Amino acid sequence: MLSIGLGHYLTLAAIIFTIGVVGIFLNRKNVIVILMSIELILLAVNINLVSFSIFINDISGQVFTLFILTVAAAEAAIGLAIIVVYYRNSGTIRVEEIDKLKG
Amino acid sequence: MENLQLVLPEILISIIIMFLLIFGVYKKNSSSLVYNLSTLGLVLILAVVINLDSNVEISLFNNSYSVDNLSRFMKILLILSGIFVMLSSTKYIQINKINKIEYPILILCSILGMMVMISSNDLIVFYIGLELQSLALYVLASFNRDNILSTESGLKYFVLSALSSGLLLYGCSLIYGFSETTNFFEILKNTKDAQYGLTFGIVFILVGLAFKISAVPFHMWAPDVYQGSPTSVTLFFALLPKIAALTIFIRFLYIPFFELIDQWQMIIIFLSIASMIFGAVAAIGQKNLKRLIAYSSISHMGYALAGLSTGTVQGAHSSITYMTIYLVMNLAFFSCLFMLKRNEKYFESIEDLSGLSKNHPLLSLALLAILFSLAGIPPLAGFFAKFYIFLAVINEKMYFLAVVGLLATVVAAFYYLRIIKIIYFDPEKEKYETKHNLGLKFTLVISTLFIIAYFIYPSGVIEMISQININ
Repeated sequence: MLSIGLGHYLTLAAIIFTIGVVGIFLNRKNVIVILMSIELILLAVNINLVSFSIFINDISGQVFTLFILTVAAAEAAIGLAIIVVYYRNSGTIRVEEIDKLKG
Repeated sequence: MENLQLVLPEILISIIIMFLLIFGVYKKNSSSLVYNLSTLGLVLILAVVINLDSNVEISLFNNSYSVDNLSRFMKILLILSGIFVMLSSTKYIQINKINKIEYPILILCSILGMMVMISSNDLIVFYIGLELQSLALYVLASFNRDNILSTESGLKYFVLSALSSGLLLYGCSLIYGFSETTNFFEILKNTKDAQYGLTFGIVFILVGLAFKISAVPFHMWAPDVYQGSPTSVTLFFALLPKIAALTIFIRFLYIPFFELIDQWQMIIIFLSIASMIFGAVAAIGQKNLKRLIAYSSISHMGYALAGLSTGTVQGAHSSITYMTIYLVMNLAFFSCLFMLKRNEKYFESIEDLSGLSKNHPLLSLALLAILFSLAGIPPLAGFFAKFYIFLAVINEKMYFLAVVGLLATVVAAFYYLRIIKIIYFDPEKEKYETKHNLGLKFTLVISTLFIIAYFIYPSGVIEMISQININ
């Protein structure tokens, strides 16, 4: 039987992390998708931390995860608020149209 | 329990934040009162930080929070620049109608986050401080919420900063997994041999920190955010987060990762060279002063990183000195920017400086000194800052880095001198208002005097910084 070890969890986390990072750079449609990608990155980190915490038998990784979950919620709230404010001013949240500042 | 007095500044600032929040909500139209109270609160906290016993070098709360000379000096620097930012931008935020009660409170919140970051000796504490700082900064960048440029800069800062936090956290998780601890001292003990996991962790953490300090190639947020956000917030961005980020850079490189210098030295050298060259070249074509200062700050961060890349105590000291002088120069430059005001409108493009010397000889003279100092021309303070960096770099026989740095200085001198040419030799424009509030004048005079008179007694700053124990 195949037993699931630390390597599998780390691979899963790495895949989710990569999807998150690629999602930010490839996405040309909507800022909300970027917000989701950021959540994916943070979730990958949480998987990493929890699996490490179990396998090295140390509780602080799980404590770290709880902190990250809390901060991620606050970050999402602020991000959505900024998107709403931006939408009010420009009437769009398409990524390719966010280009008033350049030089 | 007596250790609690060592974190008194953090406790005090938290109490002030909560008090001001409640006060501002219950008392109507109290925005300028809250603003003045928070400036006063910062002065109080500065007094408390200065009063801390300078012989105590201790790690509190299970070694997760260190109160030492490094954190003490950086906190003094941080709070002093916070006070000057508040003093110089009073008028600006009134005219631009962003004087809401939340504005000073957000500034205090981010200062609290930076103080936690500066003192952190544990990955978790560091992350909490970083996020407390960033969350407040996202809101500050988009504070002028009816202005499309301000909200756009907030949006861009949010996306890129959240991404960098994610990268940094991924690095933290790898470091935690492979060194089996989150404490900086323990990480140092457990990282005698370089495993792949640790190297990956270091790379991710350095990338995240480079984002925060806006080093090339992770600089793309800086010009947009500097240009878009209100000038008072730009000033804040140019000074305070850089102090915190540089301190945490020093802490990471010199405490937990010190044994792995072979792994990180090349990365820092690359970041440094890329920032110096890119910052100097990209600033040449700029028309907006705030955007120009963003590129200039990118190249200045390159020099600060060059000091750290040596991995020696002298290098770290020279970086701290560079940072101190950089802060004063930027403060002086932005106070000049705050003086370009006519009919309740602020000007920020380079053409607006044209012929400034005819109508405003004193302001032009101050700008001349500041720009020469930014370019690093002796005997002004900016020259000494670069001098210490190059001294530390050459002592470590890293000649290539020193040569590239010198060449970048020459390129950068071009755009500073171009501004001086525009000020002194171009046709004059309409006169700006000459009435300014006292805080702004005070800030400009103090910072310009520091720049000009630094060469008389340079060892004052050096001696203070040389007392800092790095590891």
